[in-house]
Amino acid sequence: MASLWEYANPLKFMRTTERILPAVSVLAALCLVGGLVWGFFFTPDDFRQGSTVKIFYIHVPSAMMAINIWVMMLITSLVWIIRRHHVSALAARAAAPIGAVMTVIALFTGAIWGQPMWGTWWAWDPRLTSFLILFLFYLGYIALWAAIEDDDTAADLTSVLCLVGSIFAVLSRYAVNFWNQGLHQGASLSLDKEENVADVFWYPALVCIAGFILLFVALVILRTNTEIRARRMRALLSREREA
Amino acid sequence: MPDLGKYAFEVLSAYGVSLALIVGIIVASIARARRVKAELENVEQRRRGNG
Amino acid sequence: MIALLARDLRLAFRAGGGFGLGLSFFLIVVVLVPFGVGPETGLLGKIAPGVLWVAALLACLLSLDRMFALDHEDGSLDLLATSPLPLEGVAAVKALAHWLTTGLPLVLAAPVLALLMNLPWQGYGALMLSLMLGTPALSVIGAFGAALTVGIKRGGLLLSLLVLPLYVPTLIFGADVARRGAEGQDFATPLMMLAGISFGVLALLPFASAAVLRVNLR
Repeated sequence: MASLWEYANPLKFMRTTERILPAVSVLAALCLVGGLVWGFFFTPDDFRQGSTVKIFYIHVPSAMMAINIWVMMLITSLVWIIRRHHVSALAARAAAPIGAVMTVIALFTGAIWGQPMWGTWWAWDPRLTSFLILFLFYLGYIALWAAIEDDDTAADLTSVLCLVGSIFAVLSRYAVNFWNQGLHQGASLSLDKEENVADVFWYPALVCIAGFILLFVALVILRTNTEIRARRMRALLSREREA
Repeated sequence: MPDLGKYAFEVLSAYGVSLALIVGIIVASIARARRVKAELENVEQRRRGNG
Repeated sequence: MIALLARDLRLAFRAGGGFGLGLSFFLIVVVLVPFGVGPETGLLGKIAPGVLWVAALLACLLSLDRMFALDHEDGSLDLLATSPLPLEGVAAVKALAHWLTTGLPLVLAAPVLALLMNLPWQGYGALMLSLMLGTPALSVIGAFGAALTVGIKRGGLLLSLLVLPLYVPTLIFGADVARRGAEGQDFATPLMMLAGISFGVLALLPFASAAVLRVNLR
């Protein structure tokens, strides 16, 4: 029975993933376009929120991805620390910009969604503030990778940063909730998620969520293979220089 | 286009910014992938030529 | 480890050691704020706890990059790593030295600067208590950031980018203690959270800092 660890071999990883990439991409496009078109054109407005409820179909998937991508980075960082599989470290590096973009999308859509409710273009709502902090964590992680020349050192340092950052991210979530507990009760975006969302809104949202997940998978495959190639190129170039 | 009512600007700008960012990272990722693939090919060819 | 501490303190107090730097920066930031927001004492008094905390935090940030970098450059960090001292202890001692030369002076200078910011009298105790309890966390967290960037040339800006988000929980609870104290409210909850953070990072982060130092010394 083939083990997942076989894919730690960079060549095997690249070959397998590049074979499934076209299918994943097509599926992602179908779900994304399908879900967004369904949600945008074929769902009713909400009684309270009017047509802004349509932002739900982008905000919820992107917010989920923003967090889940960081979790994926945490897991792959742990795999690097424990088993030192380069593919794992490079996958974390590849995923980070995608996560950062998702966080920005979540921030933009969250702020715009809240504007009619709050009357301002930005309010320090606990959830949005947590995403802002998450964005800063993503930036720092990406910057640290870029600042270090040696690949293994960079992988080690960024994985520890991801670990420590995760603990502080959770801590910040609680701190920010504490910090802003008095305001925006009832107007917080989290309320919209916890309420029972009607089926007519939920089904297109599910398709959009699937689309975002598949988009991430396709992008991370593409980017990880790029990182694997780039790493090989750096190794070859340094060997050339030494020769 | 459905009647977006008074929130038309908000909804359209939300969709616009998000789609632009998604397209942006897709394009950037594909461009970088192609470039690195080509550069690696170059280096590999040089190796095969010299080695 | 005491010897290490004494050495670091002596180095800091020497000319060019950066001792007065944090304090001066603290003063400068606090002096700049009224120029930015206007001299109305009511407003200043209201934002005083937050401003003082942010200024203290930024002042702590200033001297972080010299924590390990100087020793790394002249090779003494390698010596420390191979000495019988555990690297975790070295990281903790470095953070302690940083706190004694930067954090603690800030705590002592805070009342004077609070005067400039028209902090209500009842807030002084809470302010000093929150800074006293919170600045050690800033030093320990800062030590982790400094260890991460020790090998990077001109890594000061990257250090700030990495450390400032990590500072957010400490800032939130510390400033909240100061603010509640200034308004005469009970500040037990944020104080406990602040203490929890300080003790938590002191117990755990030196391990991460040591691991990172080992990577950078390879």
